[in-house]
Amino acid sequence: MRRSRPRVKTVRRKQTVRLVDLAHARSGDKGDTANVGLIARRAADYPVLVRHVTAARVARHFKGMIAGPVERFELPNLRALNFLLHGALDGGGTISLKTDAQGKVFSTALLRMEIEVDR
Amino acid sequence: MSRAIRIAAGQGFWGDWLEAPWRQVTGGAIDYLMMDYLAEVTMSIMQKQMSRDPQLGYAKDFVPLMERLLPELVRRRVKVTTNAGGVNPRACAEAVAQVARRLGLAGKLTIGVVSGDDLLGRLDQLLAAGHALANLDTGRPLREVRDRLQSVNAYLGAAPIVEALGRGADIVITGRVTDTGLTLGPMMHEFGWAADAWDLLAAGTVAGHTIECGAQCSGGNCLVDWQHIPDLANVGYPIVEAYADGTFEITKHAGTGGRISVAGVTEQLVYEMGDPGSYITPDCVADFTTIELRQRGKDRVRFSGIRGRPATDSLKVSAAYFYGFKAVGTLVYAWPDALQKARAADRVLRQRLSDLGLEFETILTEFVGVDATHGPLAVRDLEPRDVPEVQLRVGVRSPHRDPVERFTREIAPLILNGPPSVTGFAGGRPKPEEIVAYWPALLAKTEVQACVDLVRV
Repeated sequence: MRRSRPRVKTVRRKQTVRLVDLAHARSGDKGDTANVGLIARRAADYPVLVRHVTAARVARHFKGMIAGPVERFELPNLRALNFLLHGALDGGGTISLKTDAQGKVFSTALLRMEIEVDR
Repeated sequence: MSRAIRIAAGQGFWGDWLEAPWRQVTGGAIDYLMMDYLAEVTMSIMQKQMSRDPQLGYAKDFVPLMERLLPELVRRRVKVTTNAGGVNPRACAEAVAQVARRLGLAGKLTIGVVSGDDLLGRLDQLLAAGHALANLDTGRPLREVRDRLQSVNAYLGAAPIVEALGRGADIVITGRVTDTGLTLGPMMHEFGWAADAWDLLAAGTVAGHTIECGAQCSGGNCLVDWQHIPDLANVGYPIVEAYADGTFEITKHAGTGGRISVAGVTEQLVYEMGDPGSYITPDCVADFTTIELRQRGKDRVRFSGIRGRPATDSLKVSAAYFYGFKAVGTLVYAWPDALQKARAADRVLRQRLSDLGLEFETILTEFVGVDATHGPLAVRDLEPRDVPEVQLRVGVRSPHRDPVERFTREIAPLILNGPPSVTGFAGGRPKPEEIVAYWPALLAKTEVQACVDLVRV
């Protein structure tokens, strides 16, 4: 007869956090590329950003808003990540018809992103 | 530690706050006033102006500004570096000289004029010699837009500014010099930094990048803790206090508003950033991943540890060419169902444009108040029926003027013959606008010779 065992379940408690609560940001343009610098508010949050806010994740977040790929660069000294969003500005500069032709508020659009972090 | 020199930012772009340079000069001790006027799109605007009047093509506001500043600049021995010269630095310098003479400053002022950035006259020679000037974004060769080119300028670095200051210039007016070169130049001149002291040049470049957008590093457009940034009405523009060893502090005059903090300065450091390990200028390649920041007191941030690498052997070139026409029309729809009404109006408009047989390269619709800044990301979080009002904003772009012109006449009719609760047409019919587009490229440094002239007032 099989002995019944108490079922031990490791519950990894996850919490959904919006980037706006962990980071601040500023964005600008170079031609048709918008850049978003994402800066951890606290030093302890920088590794969280590095782990969760990947180039692939950011590309998914902006799906339908940008035509090209996303690149990511790390600046641990400034606890910041820099993202290049290619094909984000309808041609950019003088060509673009967008209100945000120079990508000034892509920064806060990134801060809408939600990530699942360990509690 | 050796004496610090104080370089104050007075303008972050053409159209920046006119009070800022006056306050920088009169609000405390500074050695240099640095004023950046040129963005990528600015050169094409100046080009348009020069094509209408050969005496224009520079930042016109700079001349009346100097009229106000010159007596104080001379009295306090503050020097100026600026790229206000745009596509016509010589005309800009002559206009300033004229003002200086009228103010009785003859014999008291030397203006340095930096040119040599203009490549338009030599372009065919360069293309024939095999310089493709391929577009850095698309890879297309420049000859494809040769017959539509309006300007071609190389980005010069700090070297000609150093030369102008060395020859006694009090005011250095340049054409297309990098924003960072305007700050690095005075440091190289004052400290005698060698042209291959890469770490020092990188430090000066980072200092230049930090203050080139004016108040954007001292509390303006600053997201972090923005509600508590004090007294933006009297925002203090940034000042670099630079030392010969390449360390520097960013601060502002006492008694001014705004804030200089590590977090706020970091926002500016990442602004318009590409690969932070390789910030390429004509002077050096700066590594932004080496910057160490420390709060050194209220409104004072210290920079150290900055490393640089040798400059590349090419210069960035910015060409402006005629691209086509665009126009943007707007209407405002009110509750109830504001968004649905605006969407319906957009459908009606698009059908009419199509029925007229008009063809555009792009028609872009935005619903301002709903999706203009954050696109579908914002719509997802919205209760559409509650939106109090929406601005329908439709833009069109075409290589030809005619369809754009016809489009501008299709907005107003919607007020009476489209969906209801519509207003906000006080501005009248939109105007077709010529598009002068930007073409970034690279060119071997050996092909460009900067030129420094002195205008003695």
